[in-house]
Amino acid sequence: MNTLAQAQAPLQAPPIRGWEVVIGLETHAQLSTASKIFSGAATRFGAAPNTQACAVDLALPGTLPVMNKGAVERAIVFGLAVGARIAPQSVFARKNYFYPDLPKGYQISQYEVPVVQGGRVEFMLDGHRRSVRLTRAHLEEDAGKSLHEDFAGCSGIDLNRAGTPLLEIVSEPDMRSSAEAVEYARALHTLVVWLGICDGNMQEGSFRCDANVSVRRPGAPFGTRREIKNLNSFRFLQQAIDSEIQWQIDRLEDGLSIEQATVLFDPDSGETRAMRSKEDAQDYRYFPDPDLPPLAIAPDWIDRVRATMPEMPGAMAERFQRDDGLPAYDAAMMTTSRAQARCYEALRAACGAPKLAANWLMGDVAKKLNAAGLDIEHMPVPVAVLGALIRRVADGVVSHNGARSLFDLLWAGDSGHDVDALIESRGLKQMNDTSALQAIVDSVIASNAKSVDEFRAGKDKAFNALVGQVMKASQGKANPAQAGDLLRKALGAG
Amino acid sequence: MSTELHDLGVAALGQALASRQVSATELAGTLLARQAALDSQCGPSSLGAYLAVDAEATLAQARRADQRRADGESGPLLGVPIAHKDIFVTRDWPTTAGSKMLAGYRSPFDATVVERLAAAGTVTLGKLNCDEFAMGSSNEHSAFFPARNPWDLSRIPGGSSGGSAVAVAARLAPAATGTDTGGSIRQPAAFCGITGIKPTYGVCSRYGMVAFASSLDQAGVMARSAEDCALLLGAMSGFDERDATSAERPPQDYRAQMLAPRDGASASRPLAGLRIGLPAEFFPPALAADVNGALRGALAALEKLGATLVDVSLPRTALAIPVYYVIAPAEASSNLSRFDGVRYGHRAEPHGDLMDLYKKSRSEGFGPEVQRRIVIGTYVLSHGYYDAYYLQAQKLRRMIADDFSRCFAERCDVIAGPVAPSVAWKIGERSDDPVQDYLADIFTLPASLAGLPGMSVPAGFGEAGLPVGLQLIGRHFAEGQLLHVAHALQQATDWHLRSPK
Repeated sequence: MNTLAQAQAPLQAPPIRGWEVVIGLETHAQLSTASKIFSGAATRFGAAPNTQACAVDLALPGTLPVMNKGAVERAIVFGLAVGARIAPQSVFARKNYFYPDLPKGYQISQYEVPVVQGGRVEFMLDGHRRSVRLTRAHLEEDAGKSLHEDFAGCSGIDLNRAGTPLLEIVSEPDMRSSAEAVEYARALHTLVVWLGICDGNMQEGSFRCDANVSVRRPGAPFGTRREIKNLNSFRFLQQAIDSEIQWQIDRLEDGLSIEQATVLFDPDSGETRAMRSKEDAQDYRYFPDPDLPPLAIAPDWIDRVRATMPEMPGAMAERFQRDDGLPAYDAAMMTTSRAQARCYEALRAACGAPKLAANWLMGDVAKKLNAAGLDIEHMPVPVAVLGALIRRVADGVVSHNGARSLFDLLWAGDSGHDVDALIESRGLKQMNDTSALQAIVDSVIASNAKSVDEFRAGKDKAFNALVGQVMKASQGKANPAQAGDLLRKALGAG
Repeated sequence: MSTELHDLGVAALGQALASRQVSATELAGTLLARQAALDSQCGPSSLGAYLAVDAEATLAQARRADQRRADGESGPLLGVPIAHKDIFVTRDWPTTAGSKMLAGYRSPFDATVVERLAAAGTVTLGKLNCDEFAMGSSNEHSAFFPARNPWDLSRIPGGSSGGSAVAVAARLAPAATGTDTGGSIRQPAAFCGITGIKPTYGVCSRYGMVAFASSLDQAGVMARSAEDCALLLGAMSGFDERDATSAERPPQDYRAQMLAPRDGASASRPLAGLRIGLPAEFFPPALAADVNGALRGALAALEKLGATLVDVSLPRTALAIPVYYVIAPAEASSNLSRFDGVRYGHRAEPHGDLMDLYKKSRSEGFGPEVQRRIVIGTYVLSHGYYDAYYLQAQKLRRMIADDFSRCFAERCDVIAGPVAPSVAWKIGERSDDPVQDYLADIFTLPASLAGLPGMSVPAGFGEAGLPVGLQLIGRHFAEGQLLHVAHALQQATDWHLRSPK
């Protein structure tokens, strides 16, 4: 595969205390299917315990798993997006272990032959393009949840989550710093959300990472790794890796060795602690699940899925630069999410001024959305209305300040959505009559001799004061640029 | 009517119901009364066929069937009473799989097979005894009580579908469902002198069958004739979207396939042109003389009907035993993990920590044969042993299937041989020697491993007047052909009509 052939050498991150850090991530992305991976039960988050667990999820005698095609299609979408090979045949295996939140006594997961093989995720780190290779991505079911806190003397089991579809995305050990691991995780998060295969909600556990961390002297073979489990925020990911790196280096510098182990990160103490060592690693007795035939994916299925895929953010940003003349930064900002891109495209079409549309989305719109805690899909001003407003800015009918105050009115929503009528009724139409403006300029010069003298003495601030006077005298209707031009001309500085 | 109702088979009862000579309710009442008289569930004189009977639930179903007929519905199975092996989960009867682990368990849904037969109008008489989780070939491994062979109550009826075979042979039910993982329909059918068919893997949905070994388990029918088997198999089979291993095929009319004349056949020679392969490995010196003698008689009858007997070889027959006893326990060890005392089934009280709960619940809930197979299965899947046992067994399984394919491609249309090396043995005779039990499965395991359809057809009697079964094995999805051969034999002989005292 050519993507693997192009594998680049890992970025040389500065060593920490003389040690090189090696990180690989295993990320569980919950796939956004309405029903579970092997049953018809719903996957909605937050339902009352055990109300979204059917006979199959409860592993009642006689029940059998049936593959959810939607989960497979989401895996295919992911594989295509990262340039991976989609396996024509992949195999579901049983991972056997006993735990009360694992109803069947085994988890169905892909083991030897995963559905997505290879691929890479690209992102920017300190202004450099980075690429992390993927080993694989495989489909599996989530377990239920054990609730130890709410019950005295016993534990509760909630099986709502049991059977929720997961895509486990495994990277190669290509990352060399916690910052790089976080950027990789962010890029992966942006990607799965963009693709619409995962809602990306990290608080609800829809996207969580396990980090495999080791350190070595530069040039030495890989050190022994420890795996930090279940990190559900980028901040914890960074903190956990940093703390683990220090712990490992301390130990090695004390002449001790690292034992392969699974560890948990405690956000309160900021430290990692061992959960189980390799010695008590369980024998999962993997074997192919005889209830599920191998997952066959024919080329025409892949083609059908490809046809439904959204334009990728990189391609879209390039298009915005090429067709709309946006600067690279703006184009990147317009493609941070599919909703943002959709909104930008609609706004640009409505106002005909791409750069202004981008400015508004990055500026006033973003500010108000942030303050209100809303995402772009829930902006109270319809895009067509905002487009009409920006068109009037572009026309010079209304000043930017005037438009901003109108935007406030439109946001509040109680003055209607007719932009032109509002410009009229609020008296925000800019003065485009040169002779009337000239009269105001003349009278301002006549009545502000002090400022005129100061300007002539070289004080630029005095000029701004004069412009302000013109704007005031015009009741804000003057076009400030035009007022400045006329003032300069009258003062002989034009 | 001259014969008694309980002597009639499925087809005959269907006609009696259609002509309104009897109602489903009367019929169900008659068979429930016979069950109560002969099958009191305890003591050495009891047949031990049923694990659960609920007259009210049965009669309610029977009244519904009568109502459906009154509403204008018809069909060969409408109102016909049958019973289900206790491996199929049922809403209206408890389901135990013959295990203390599931004593009193009530499923919230019906197995697909049960559901489809009910849709065709059958009335459920109750749930039938079996070896625990279908593991065994004598029914002695039922956690509750053994079922007894109606031809000789001191003998085993075979297993694991022992209760099904007993109920049909003793005329407690005209037909019953069974399941076959390594011979569990064919062997008890042979030992009890009835007709049983295990279809091709995938023909019947496994949804609602308590799983033993998923890649081998298959539902089937046990009845008194090939025709009765054909009628029921047609109703219970077919693709089921709830079972990913079920075969996507259109519904089959097995009775029509059974009756369809072969090319070149005549009334006196209905099997003309049919090549029946006799594997040398199926007739070893160790085959009991009485079984061999009975089989030769049945084969001669088939020859007389126009069939040609040809010698074939299935060289890996003996390997079927170790291969099966690696694969089946491996799958079972995983399938039975769900019985952990947490959500349903037996939970040990009192118990200590979680590990103690698991250990006690499973030690108390599972019988010794089930525990033995869980241990074997866990061992062969363990790290370091997987390649040597499980993977090797899978390779050999494919080779065993290849042996059949070669026979069918080059030599014959149907394979015939014994079902078991001997007639039914005495209860308790082999309980100290599980390997002896395993070895007796040698003739049924190969077809199971290859996923092929197999039948047991009554072929006369051996030592002490005990029944002998002829096994017929066909190509994948050749159920119609097997039924055709069995039906032809049954039209020419009367072994299948004999009943125990």
